[in-house]
Amino acid sequence: MADAAFLALTVITIGSAIAALELRSLIYGSIALMGTLGGIAGFFFLLDAPFVALFQLAVYVGSIAVLILFTVMLVKRELIFKKIEDKRRKFAGIGLMLTIMVSLGAVFIDSGIKTMTTDEPATNFRDIGTDFVTYYWPALILMGLILAGSVTGALVLAKREDVENDQRVN
Amino acid sequence: MTNELIDFTLVSVAMLAIGIYGLAVKRNFIRMLFAVEIIINAANLNLVAFGRFLPHSGGQTLALFSIAIAAAEVAVGLSLIIVAYRMYQNVDIADFRSLKG
Repeated sequence: MADAAFLALTVITIGSAIAALELRSLIYGSIALMGTLGGIAGFFFLLDAPFVALFQLAVYVGSIAVLILFTVMLVKRELIFKKIEDKRRKFAGIGLMLTIMVSLGAVFIDSGIKTMTTDEPATNFRDIGTDFVTYYWPALILMGLILAGSVTGALVLAKREDVENDQRVN
Repeated sequence: MTNELIDFTLVSVAMLAIGIYGLAVKRNFIRMLFAVEIIINAANLNLVAFGRFLPHSGGQTLALFSIAIAAAEVAVGLSLIIVAYRMYQNVDIADFRSLKG
């Protein structure tokens, strides 16, 4: 059975995920997204994974959410508050969401993982460090290259000055 | 541990469904990026939860990789948003027609 901290984190995470998508203002939406990411970090703490939780806090809440907030601030004021969606599509989307929730949830509840509990000690972060530099070292180097490439690509894309309004294709 | 694996899995399913709803309904580029982030976080939660209950250190290692790659994805996505916004002065994806076949 789940404890109180788990239930509180569930309410925070799911509630702010819905708020991030549904709040009228994009700025409040991105702050609610921060709540979701922080809630997931809380789940990582509950799962005895403090290293991943702190990584999540540093990378997601600390940098990605702030990056999104700054991008939102670059957008025109009236676009931040404008909601673009049509009603029929919204009802279809809610139906799709409920279908996925009920069907996947039923599959998981029926499967064997329902009774799975553990008394084993949690993974030590020393093991993760050892994994990184022994078994996963090619992936680690590849990840570094991907990060460097994507940051360079993002800078080049954002710095392009030949992209102007008049190049729009009608 | 008082929490069971099924609890974490159900939270993850709920977040996946919310993310898919956001991708299907919203036409605002930035909100769709929010939805993608929510889906990625649901996947990370699953990785760490299964890694804790099996138990195996691979779950946490893969979750760390996934977080780092997601950071790269967001950087590229946001710069694409900035370029598209400069071209069309809008964030509605229905207006981004130059890639339409």
